[in-house]
Amino acid sequence: MTPLDHKLLRDLWRVKGQAIAIAVVIALGVLMLVMMDGLINSLTETKRTYYERYRFAEVFAPVKRAPEHLLDNIAKIPGVAAVAGRINAGALINLPGIAVPVRAQAVSLPDFVPPRLNDLYLAAGRRLDPARPDEILLLEGFAKVHGLSPGDKLSATMSGAKRTFQIVGLAQAPEFLYSTPPGELMPDDARFAVIWMGEHSLAAAYDLKGAFNEALLTLTRDARLPEVLDQLDRMLASYGGLGAYGVDDHFSDRFVSEEIKGLAMSSKGVPPIFLGVAAFLLYIVISRMVESEREQIGLLKAFGYSNGEVGVHYFKFIMAIAISGALLGCLLGVLAGRSLSSVYQEYYKFPLLVFQVDPAAFLTGVAVSVLAASVGGVFVLRKVFALTPATAMRPPAPADYSRSVGIGKTLKAVLDQPSRIVVRGLIRQPGRALAAVVGISAGMALSVAMISLMSGFDRVLDMNFGVIERSDVTVSFVEPLLDKTVYELQRMEGVIEVEPFRSVSATLRHGLYTYRGGISGLVAEPRLNRAVDDQMQAIYVRADGIILAKSLADILHIQPGETLTVEVREGRRPVLQVPVVGVAQALLGAPTYMQIGTLNQALKEQNRVSGAYLRIDSARSAAIYHKLKDMPAVAGVSLREESRAAFKKVMDTGAGAIRYVMAAIAGIITFGIVYNSARITFAERSRDLASLRVIGLTTGETGFILLGELGIITLLALPLGSLLGYYLSMAVSVAFSTDLYSIPAIFVPESYGVAALAVLGASAISGWLVKRDVDRLDLVSALKTRE
Amino acid sequence: MPHLIDKTLPAFRTQGVTKVYGTGASTVHALRGVDVDIPAGELVVLLGASGSGKSTLLNILGGLDRATDGVVHFFADDLTAMSDRELTLYRRHHVGFVFQFYNLMPSLTAYENVELVTEIADNPLEPAEALALVGLEQRLDHFPAQMSGGEQQRVAIARAIAKRPTILFCDEPTGALDSHTGRAVLRVLQDVNRELGTTVLIITHAAATAKMADRVIDFADGGIREVVVNTTKLSAEDIQW
Repeated sequence: MTPLDHKLLRDLWRVKGQAIAIAVVIALGVLMLVMMDGLINSLTETKRTYYERYRFAEVFAPVKRAPEHLLDNIAKIPGVAAVAGRINAGALINLPGIAVPVRAQAVSLPDFVPPRLNDLYLAAGRRLDPARPDEILLLEGFAKVHGLSPGDKLSATMSGAKRTFQIVGLAQAPEFLYSTPPGELMPDDARFAVIWMGEHSLAAAYDLKGAFNEALLTLTRDARLPEVLDQLDRMLASYGGLGAYGVDDHFSDRFVSEEIKGLAMSSKGVPPIFLGVAAFLLYIVISRMVESEREQIGLLKAFGYSNGEVGVHYFKFIMAIAISGALLGCLLGVLAGRSLSSVYQEYYKFPLLVFQVDPAAFLTGVAVSVLAASVGGVFVLRKVFALTPATAMRPPAPADYSRSVGIGKTLKAVLDQPSRIVVRGLIRQPGRALAAVVGISAGMALSVAMISLMSGFDRVLDMNFGVIERSDVTVSFVEPLLDKTVYELQRMEGVIEVEPFRSVSATLRHGLYTYRGGISGLVAEPRLNRAVDDQMQAIYVRADGIILAKSLADILHIQPGETLTVEVREGRRPVLQVPVVGVAQALLGAPTYMQIGTLNQALKEQNRVSGAYLRIDSARSAAIYHKLKDMPAVAGVSLREESRAAFKKVMDTGAGAIRYVMAAIAGIITFGIVYNSARITFAERSRDLASLRVIGLTTGETGFILLGELGIITLLALPLGSLLGYYLSMAVSVAFSTDLYSIPAIFVPESYGVAALAVLGASAISGWLVKRDVDRLDLVSALKTRE
Repeated sequence: MPHLIDKTLPAFRTQGVTKVYGTGASTVHALRGVDVDIPAGELVVLLGASGSGKSTLLNILGGLDRATDGVVHFFADDLTAMSDRELTLYRRHHVGFVFQFYNLMPSLTAYENVELVTEIADNPLEPAEALALVGLEQRLDHFPAQMSGGEQQRVAIARAIAKRPTILFCDEPTGALDSHTGRAVLRVLQDVNRELGTTVLIITHAAATAKMADRVIDFADGGIREVVVNTTKLSAEDIQW
């Protein structure tokens, strides 16, 4: 080990507090990168593995009733690798003590062989015994919430007949990763169930013997999906085909993919910002630390060390901090990623977990840190090279403050000496002060953006359930009914207001862009479920066209005035050309709105309703639920409070959960920046401060000079941090929005207040920590040393 | 602390003052029981090699450091019994310091550097008056960076005397100056001693400086080797080195 390396180690030890603070800030930036990358990688890989292992289909073709022999024809379509037919039907589960009936999906399993496609993962119990028609497997999530386990009995209503089943196993399946109550967007384990039953038994219940109502396909590698779908649709058309679709349009896959995509978006947008702030901080700190070493640099040169040798020495110093920070970040990133991914695994109900970080993420993290440190280092080393050995031999020239003489004169009346020292210190090196201001602002901007984001999520809830959806109960019917049913609901005691709606599923096309969604038919001036504009003002639902959610209009690249092609996937399956007459702000999903009469007219089904929004007297809710449960036409009842809770849960445990981690990291980085600024200022000023102490200033008066500078820098950083935070929060809200929910880019005043308080708090704590050092200043040694 | 000063007492009286740095094997005895009286109003020079203990004693007398053992009296007050806060007040009201490297605030002008002290002192000189005493009446608005080493040191002296200190401590005040400038600085110190009656303690390596002192205290190995009282003092201008 050379003497210079010894010096390196001792120097690092001497500035350990600061070195650790910088390394931690870098580590957090890298942590973010590695963690997010690991999460996305793991979720994507896990999903892929899960799909593959349980043979998740690639094409789904729902049909009213098709004979089994048709499957042979389907198998002959070019590009089809495997085909399976099954029964997939709606059922209601009756649970004792729960007023609202739970909607369920009943899915058939082949009686004697495992399913060729869409197999399931048996989490508990055993598979079905073909000899016992009353055995079922139950979706694990639902069973857990209601405390059901193998051996229990379950009562369900199928095609109007009530039956009692024996639960023999609990299962999960790739197609139910994301399972929501019908008509809702948010998953809720408590209110949605899947029952798997023997084919024979289920066919009997739904009168589908020798037939199937859903075909599942996998494709060969060279298959062309649109052509397969096209042929499939034509083949199934006469059997009541409801439109075949690829896995990308599968409800569960779409939302899981969207969430992963959302996570990926925020992982591309947010960690670079964190890393950028960390890099900037590293540059500031390193340049100031090395500058304070100028005497030693001169001395080394006087001894005969070359520029190169001295440069390498200080470069090592910089790299030691940067690389150890980056490595720490990689390690913490893997740990954090691991624990978070198990949270996600739980949330998405993956039965297995593949955690792996792409090595590229480690490399990127380390490379960015090293690069940032190098850029900082180059600027610093230029100063090192410019220094002559003679500098070390002379007493230091006092820093020249003559430029700021005017300030002193103007402020003389208002400022006392210590204040003048503070102000001149800032003015003499405006670049340094500015860098500190920008550094703290950047930290604050991160906090503002993260807090805005957190409030943004809450705002979505409030807006959606306060402004857009204002009904207490949504009732949906088994099939479209005549609108007189609405009057029946209205007559029910305790029902205050009823608003009918018609909804149809449809494929929306505009040019090359398509979207599988649905159309909501609303009354012209809805009160309980409204379309709103970007100012959250209700929009009149015009009779002459369709209103699209902004996010949907973006997906379809369509604007008001253009014509949308609507391929209805129900009933007579008409294809409509509908002019777009407006764009609505939607926070949840991607709805479309038409006037109910216009929609019915287009469908040539007059006076039909799919369900109704109800406002009810909460005191009578139990009686109302009871009555609704007994109406045979009612397929499902959803309560606003339950939807809201489900939505909140999604945002807190899904992709939205990461925002808490980000907010915490933003806070730590902000503190790190402020603390470092205070430490450096102290290091640079310690000799002056000791002199002041010697000539009789108290620790309080001395502390004022140091902390005054920190205080002014902090105060200057607040407005700049707010401004940066505003733009950052706009960018971050876009990064966090998905197909499922869009986080509005809103101005949340509280977030600025909270972030400002956080910065001030960080300043106060840093100030207190540094003030302790002022109190402990070694007066004697400070006078002897030159710097 | 009381501000009454009984001029019949010596400015400082130390009894058995020791200073030990470190513990165990690394123990250093900087002072090994120093007994000395420094009469008020004298100009005293502390001589000795590096590590002889003279700076340690000056730091203790100046209230910058504490003795490990022994008693230090400043007139009637016991410095060794004072709290940190009291020591700060002691420095604020009674002590002026002049350092080898001046230790001026680079961000303040000459005038403001002096004002820094006069703002907190009880009965100070006007900053301009103090600067006139050191011959810098023309340089009031100059920053340290705009002045020569000798001028900076004279500002430091002006800053130290502006509070009308009872004691002026000078640690190698000419150490960073050429002989011509150094002599000018010593001249100022002599004037302060004569005209303001301030007790002046000067630490120096330069034995020649001793010729202008009332009393020379010679340090060696953490103790006082001898104390010489000069009967004939030279004026600062006549010192050769």
